Amino acid sequence: MSKKINVTVKRQDEQNSGSRWEKFSLDYESGMNVTTLLQRIAANPVTVDAGESTPVAYDACCLEEVCGACSMIINGRVRQACSALVDNLLQDRPDQITLEPMTKFPVVRDLLVDRSFMFNGLKKVRAWVPVDGYFDRGPGPKMSPHQQEDQYPLTECMTCGCCVEACPQINDRSSFIGPHAISQAILFNEHPVGQFEEGERMKAITGVGGIGDCGNAQNCVKVCPKNIPLTRSIAKAGKMATKFVFRNFFGT
Amino acid sequence: MASERVVVVGGGLAGLAASMRLAEAGVSVDLISMVPVKRSHSVCAQGGINSVNTATRELGDSEYLHLDDTVYGGAFLQHQPPVKEMCDWGPRIIDLMDRLGVAFNRTNEGNRDQRRFGGTMYKRTAFAGATTGQQLLYALDEQCRRWEVDGLIRKHEYWEFLGPILDDNGVCRGVVAQDMFRMDIRAFPADAVVMANGGCGLIYGRSTMSLICTGGAAGRCFKAGVKYANGEFIQVHPTAVPGTDKLRLMSESARGEGGRVWVPKKPHDDRDPMSIPEGERYYFLEERYPKYGNLVPRDIATREIFDVCVNQKLSVEQDRLCVYLDLTHLPSSTHKKLEGILAIYEKFQATDPRVKPMKIFPAVHYSMGGLWCDYEKNEQTGGLVLGSPRNHQSNVPGLFVIGEADYQYHGGNRLGANSLLSCIFTGMIVAPSVESYMAALRTRASDMPTSMFDQEQARHKTHCDALISGNGDENPYHIHDELGDSMTRNVTVVRYNKNIEQTLAKIDELDERYKRIRLSDKGNWTNQNLSFSRALGDMLVLARVIARGAMQRDECRGAHYKPDFAITAPDADDPATLRQQAIKWCDAFQASNDQWLKSTVCGYRPDGDHEFGYEEVDTSLVPARPRTYGLKGAEIIEEVWNERMKKKSTESAADTQAVANA
Repeated sequence: MSKKINVTVKRQDEQNSGSRWEKFSLDYESGMNVTTLLQRIAANPVTVDAGESTPVAYDACCLEEVCGACSMIINGRVRQACSALVDNLLQDRPDQITLEPMTKFPVVRDLLVDRSFMFNGLKKVRAWVPVDGYFDRGPGPKMSPHQQEDQYPLTECMTCGCCVEACPQINDRSSFIGPHAISQAILFNEHPVGQFEEGERMKAITGVGGIGDCGNAQNCVKVCPKNIPLTRSIAKAGKMATKFVFRNFFGT
Repeated sequence: MASERVVVVGGGLAGLAASMRLAEAGVSVDLISMVPVKRSHSVCAQGGINSVNTATRELGDSEYLHLDDTVYGGAFLQHQPPVKEMCDWGPRIIDLMDRLGVAFNRTNEGNRDQRRFGGTMYKRTAFAGATTGQQLLYALDEQCRRWEVDGLIRKHEYWEFLGPILDDNGVCRGVVAQDMFRMDIRAFPADAVVMANGGCGLIYGRSTMSLICTGGAAGRCFKAGVKYANGEFIQVHPTAVPGTDKLRLMSESARGEGGRVWVPKKPHDDRDPMSIPEGERYYFLEERYPKYGNLVPRDIATREIFDVCVNQKLSVEQDRLCVYLDLTHLPSSTHKKLEGILAIYEKFQATDPRVKPMKIFPAVHYSMGGLWCDYEKNEQTGGLVLGSPRNHQSNVPGLFVIGEADYQYHGGNRLGANSLLSCIFTGMIVAPSVESYMAALRTRASDMPTSMFDQEQARHKTHCDALISGNGDENPYHIHDELGDSMTRNVTVVRYNKNIEQTLAKIDELDERYKRIRLSDKGNWTNQNLSFSRALGDMLVLARVIARGAMQRDECRGAHYKPDFAITAPDADDPATLRQQAIKWCDAFQASNDQWLKSTVCGYRPDGDHEFGYEEVDTSLVPARPRTYGLKGAEIIEEVWNERMKKKSTESAADTQAVANA
C-alpha cells in the first residue's frame, strides 16, 4: 500500500458560522506541495471520519510564490501553500499536516480570507507614482544601480498577508495599517517622483493607525516570504514621521 | 445623458493598461477579475520586455528590425501592421513604465540595463531582476488604484465573467458576471466590453500558467459568436521545472545571461553533473545552432530538447524526461540578476541552481492564438490608424479583445519578452479605439430595456443551477486530468494526424461524460467546485478548436510541427546536388506558403462541428522568407531564395514597364 499523509483542515462554512476540523488521508507522491494536497482533496473530498465532504475552499493562483494568493497557516506557521513542500513538512512533523486560515482577516470560507484591508491600506498611503499622464514624456528619472537595489526588494511585496498575520499590533483594538503599507509608503517616498507626494503619505503614516501603532515586535520581517526588509522601512518611516511632525509643528 | 461605461474583463497587464488609459480619458470603467488584480498571471512573466533602445540602435538596430525578428520568429503568421505599430511603440512603453516607477535594472550611469533574449542578435530586453512581469503589473495596479480612489475605476475582484450580453442586432451591451463569494449573478451594462482574459493553458492540465488561465472567458465569448483564430498555435516553453501541481517556468533570461543547456553524452549518466568533464557533455543547442546557440527561438529549443530526450534517449534521468540548464559557471553578479528565478528553483526543488545544474523540460506556456479581432491599416506608415474603432474590435460589435486573449501579435511562435510588450501596447491602444466606437454609438447600454439584461442574468442562473443539481457519476477533476493528458501527449511539440484524431475522439468522449458530471459541492456560497466545473465545459470547447485547427493544418509553422509535412533539409556534399536540393526545398516552401500562409479562423457551432475558415495574412512590410535558424543548408537555401526574389522583382518591374509602354 502506498504511503498516506494525514491532513487536518480547519473548516468554516460561511463568514459568520463556527469552525470545525476535518481529517483527510491522501496518497503520498514525491515532490508534492500543500496546493497539490488541496487539489487532491477537491477531486475526492472524503474525510477519514465522516465520509463525503465538500472541497476545501482556498485561494491560489500562480503556484510559484509570486502572486501572494495562497497564504495560510501551515503547521502553525503562516506561509504560502504553494512553496510549502510536503517532504519538508513531514520531516518536521511526520504524523500530520495542519491547515488553518489566517486569523487577522475575515474568513470567507475554509482557508479563503478577505484581504481587502491590505489593499485599502495601499490607498491610504497613496502607494503610486503621481505621473501627469500616460502620454509620451520621455524616460523616467535616472537612478543609480545602488538606488535600484534598495528599491527592488520593496517592490516585490505581493500583499500576501503574512506580515499582517504575524503582527501583534493588528487586532480588534487597534487600527494599525500594517507593515506592508508602511513599507510601500517608504518605497514611494524614496522614489524621485513619488517623493512629491511624501507629505500626503506622511499624513497617513503619522495619523491614526500609522507608524505610532507599530509595537516594534519585528515579527513581520521574520515571516515575509520575500525577505523584504520591513523593519528597515519601519525605522525609516519613524524617522520621516519625526521630521514631518516637527516640520508641521514649526510650520516650515 | 448617462456617462459612458466600459467593462474590462481581466486585470493583468493588458486589462490594467486599458483601464488606466480609459480612466485618464474620463471614461468610467468596471474592472472585473477572478482574483485581486495584483495576483493576475502577468506576475509570472520573469525575463523582461523588448524594445529597441539607444544601446541597440548604436549597433544598427531599429524598430524595423524588431518587427523583422518578431514576424520571422513568428513564421510570418501575423498581420504586419499591428506588429509594426507595436514595435514602434516599444521605446515609448518602456519609458512610460519607467516613469511609473518600475525598478528596472540600471547601468552604472543610471540608465536602464538590457539583456538579450531568444530570436534576436540585439540586447533589447529591459528587465527588473527576474520578476519583470510582477514589477510591470504592480506599476499598473498602482495607477489603477489611484483611479479607483478618484472614482473612475470600479473594481469587482473575485467576480467571474459568465458571458457577454448581445442585443437583438448582435451588438455587445455588457456582460454577466458572478460574485465568487456570495454567488450572486448580475448584469453589468456597458457601452463597450474589453476582454483581457489571458491564456488558456489549463486545457493542457498542468502548464506554466496560473490556475485562473482556464480559457473559460474566451470559451464563453466564442460560444456567444466571437471568432477564435489560430488556436492551434500553442507555445511550449523549452525550460520549465516539472511539479505535481504546475510546471514552473524557468525564464529564458537564464539562457540570456549565459546559461547553457546540455545532457551527458552517456545516457542517464548518474554521476554528479559537476564531475562530468566537458568532453563528455553534449551542448546540443550550441553544436546544432552555432549562430544563436542557446538562444534559438522557443519552438526550436523545445523541439531539440524533446528530440534529445525522446528520439536520442539522452534524458538525464531514466524515468523522467529532462535536460540540464547550467548556470553554475556564471559569476555571482549574474546570479544576482537572476535571483527571482533561482529562488523559485531552490524553493521548489530544494537544490541550489548556483552550484548544481537545474533539471528542466518543456511545458505549455502561451497561446499565440485567441479571440479574433480586427485592425485598420495606415497606408502611409504601414502601421495602424490609431483611434480607429476597428483596432482590436472583434466580429461582435462593441466587444474588444486585447493581451494574450487576442491573436494578433505573435503568429506561429512568440519571441521571448514580446508578450509583456504586446499586453501593455494593446491595452494602451484599445482605449482610443473604444472611445471612437462609443462616440459613434447611436444608442447606449442605458437605453436598452432592462428586460434584456434580466433575461441574460436569468439564463446564466439557470445554467448554474443545472450544473449544481446535476447528479451524474462523473468527476469533473478526472475529466480535466484526462483532457490535459491527451492534449499534452498529442497536440503539443510534435504532432501527427493519427494522434490528433485520437485526441478529438477523446474530446468527444469527454464531452459526453461532461454532461453527467456531479459536483461534490452543491452549496451556494463560495462554490469553487462550480467555477472549475463550468470552466471545464469551456476548456472542452476550446480544446476542440485547438485540436481541429492542428489537424487541418498540414504543414510545419512555428510552434505547429508535423514531421509528416516537414521539408527535408539539403544535406548533399556535392555542391551541384546541394543546389538542386535547395531549389527543391524552396519550391516546397513556396508551395506550403501558398497553401498555408493564412490564419485559421473558427466560428462556433453548438453541435461542436465548428466552422473553420482561413484568413489571408498581411505580409506587406516584410515578405515571407524561409525560416532557417541553424537549418542544415541554410546558406544555400537563402542564396536560392534571394535569387528567386530578385528575379521576381525584376520580372514585375519589366511587367510594369511593359504595361506602361503599351
